[in-house]
Amino acid sequence: MSFSWAKKYEPKHPFMKWMDERLPLPRLVYGAIGGGYPVPRNLNYFWNFGVLAGIFLMIQILTGIVLAMWYFSSVDGAFNSVEHIMRDVNAGWLIRYAHANGASFFFIVTYIHIFRGLYYGSYKAPRELVWMLGLVIYLLMMATAFMGYVLPWGQMSYWAAQVITGFFSAFPLIGEPLRVFLLGGYAPDQATLTRFFSLHYLLPFVIAGVVILHIWALHIPGSSNPTGVDVKDEKDTLPFHPFYTAKDGWFAAGFLALYAVVTFYAPNMLGHPDNYIPANPLSTPAHIVPEWYFLPFYAILKSFTVDFILPAKLWGVLAMFASILLLFFLPWLDKSPVRSGAYRPIFKRFFWILMVDVVILTWAGGAVPGPMVVAVSQVATLYYFLHFLVILPLIARYETPLPLPSSISESVLHGEAAESAPAGSRRRGGSVATAE
Amino acid sequence: MGFLMAIPASVMAFIFRLGWVRFILGGIGLVLAGILLLSFVVGIADALRNPTEETAQHKLHEHPKALHLASDGPFGHYDNQQLQRGFQVYKEVCAACHGLSLVSFRDLHAMGYEEAEIKKIASDWATEVPSINPDTGEAATRKALSSDRFPSPYANETAARAANNNALPPDLSLITKAREGGAAYIYSLLTGYRPQTAEEVREFPDIKTPQGLHYNPYFPNLNIAMPRPITSDGQVTYAPGNPAPTVDQMAKDVAAFLVWAGEPKLNNRHSAGFAVVLFLLIATVLGYFAYRNVWAEAKRKVRVTGALDPANQAKTRRAKSKQGIAG
Repeated sequence: MSFSWAKKYEPKHPFMKWMDERLPLPRLVYGAIGGGYPVPRNLNYFWNFGVLAGIFLMIQILTGIVLAMWYFSSVDGAFNSVEHIMRDVNAGWLIRYAHANGASFFFIVTYIHIFRGLYYGSYKAPRELVWMLGLVIYLLMMATAFMGYVLPWGQMSYWAAQVITGFFSAFPLIGEPLRVFLLGGYAPDQATLTRFFSLHYLLPFVIAGVVILHIWALHIPGSSNPTGVDVKDEKDTLPFHPFYTAKDGWFAAGFLALYAVVTFYAPNMLGHPDNYIPANPLSTPAHIVPEWYFLPFYAILKSFTVDFILPAKLWGVLAMFASILLLFFLPWLDKSPVRSGAYRPIFKRFFWILMVDVVILTWAGGAVPGPMVVAVSQVATLYYFLHFLVILPLIARYETPLPLPSSISESVLHGEAAESAPAGSRRRGGSVATAE
Repeated sequence: MGFLMAIPASVMAFIFRLGWVRFILGGIGLVLAGILLLSFVVGIADALRNPTEETAQHKLHEHPKALHLASDGPFGHYDNQQLQRGFQVYKEVCAACHGLSLVSFRDLHAMGYEEAEIKKIASDWATEVPSINPDTGEAATRKALSSDRFPSPYANETAARAANNNALPPDLSLITKAREGGAAYIYSLLTGYRPQTAEEVREFPDIKTPQGLHYNPYFPNLNIAMPRPITSDGQVTYAPGNPAPTVDQMAKDVAAFLVWAGEPKLNNRHSAGFAVVLFLLIATVLGYFAYRNVWAEAKRKVRVTGALDPANQAKTRRAKSKQGIAG
């Protein structure tokens, strides 16, 4: 661990001592999520969503493994096997709804986690690799979620496979062969379904592996914090356990209650009715839309409507990929030395404009396309790219940030030193009581 | 000359100040922005030149009527009496054309039928189950058993289309989950048939109901192949003690039955959900107090001279009492 005051693992039980000398696994866990990981003491509740994302990954893997015991990846049997799970398998309806809604909630917590990183500058040095590994996880999640959505082989499953693999055919020359290679045929069929099932089962474990790298890279500089000020000494931090396990614990239980409300009382709210119609290659749904978590990207894709040098579709596909890939360059686009948006008055405003922009893109991605919707999504897409590629570098150059607190403990304990002084004494704020 | 040289030099200085990465990415951003602006302008110009006319679907398609069922809401459970009435409507009206291929006869147990009743329902079912002749191996049919799924009225899609003017009556197992509006849509569709007004036809000549179709504003395409299935009050005779079988009542009942057919485990789901949410809320509250407890402890340990330091608290108390401040 990076901080010299991080507590060392001291096995108490003779067995743990014996174990520690041979395979220091308890030591690893202690240093990663136990008392041996010092965490800034001023984290707010937005810092709970990383742990929640880990919880949802585990929920998805566990429910997914059980579903795979009953699911039958055949174009003739997939749809009915899902209905068999829903109707005849003991608690199958629960496992399946938990998995389907678990995917949505995994994205909800991941989006909050990403936007927290954007606001508090968590992507900045020395955490660039934490950020980039996180983006890799996000890309893997998108691939996994997309392939999982295809598995029930309903109408939206089939047409999502058709449309999304169709993106690749936009590329000149290699496009069409690439699409055929990915599908294992000229249209989504048995080969597609089987390989998607195989990959859908594989990728979550790849995600788990990258999560380990993500956490490892995080533990070198340690967690960021809402002030963005570096940890200076021991009084700036608290051991992860019991402080943050306690904070994450109750928050996770509360968030899972929300997840349970949706899973038990509105399990189809986030889905699409058409996916309860078995896949039919001869009947195109009137309005093909991806799952809600892909809608902003779908809006970006559809915003490019003019063949200018390249075909409009290729521009759309390039822009869609670029919209995520540009995030990998964020540490070098935003060179402001101040991490936290709380101390960046101009950045903060543009950040909230970006939030509104993403909400508009989500709406535009799901709306029935008309001239009005397309125009709105074009403006929103325009802002998305300008925000990251033009506005952010310029803000970093011209903004005057607010004065930073000199340390985390000062920002946390401001006023408390005065408060703790005997009533009647004249001491006011400013200096901080130091820990012994 | 020097003036000309100054431009690239200042551009170079700008690039240098900005950094190559930002310069290149900013360039990409501006290119995409340019294409988007072009798309935007062309799109707007196109929309102005060819204003989209309001389509008949947009104008005449109606949202489903409100429908309240016993299964609605977090504490909703099926009304078995209603499900049985709805099943009767399905059996006597819908089953002539629509399958229920994901539901088994034995599932009827969940809505209050006894085993003997279910056996009788299965063996009396109008369509028999495909089978083979045990002596010759030729295709044959046999009476349904309670373990069978509901047999579909047509052998295959081609037969279904041939019998229905090339329209395919959809399987109803999941119909309330597969249509926008769910049960309310089914109820509205069944009660929504009406003649087209002359005014509607005048405004949108395209939607004039063709031969063999039927006008129904709740159907997305406005003209539906299915003729009005529930035509008159008393079409189905309900057992004594049930509400009068009006068209409206029968439509409601069959909609309720089809919700059950799509979601047979709803009762379990609602009950289990209550227990799970309650458990998690209790865990949240207990966890919250544990968290407060852990952190209060932390503040004393980590920051011995803080406000929570017993010594300071004692000092504060003393000073306050000396000055006569309460609390």
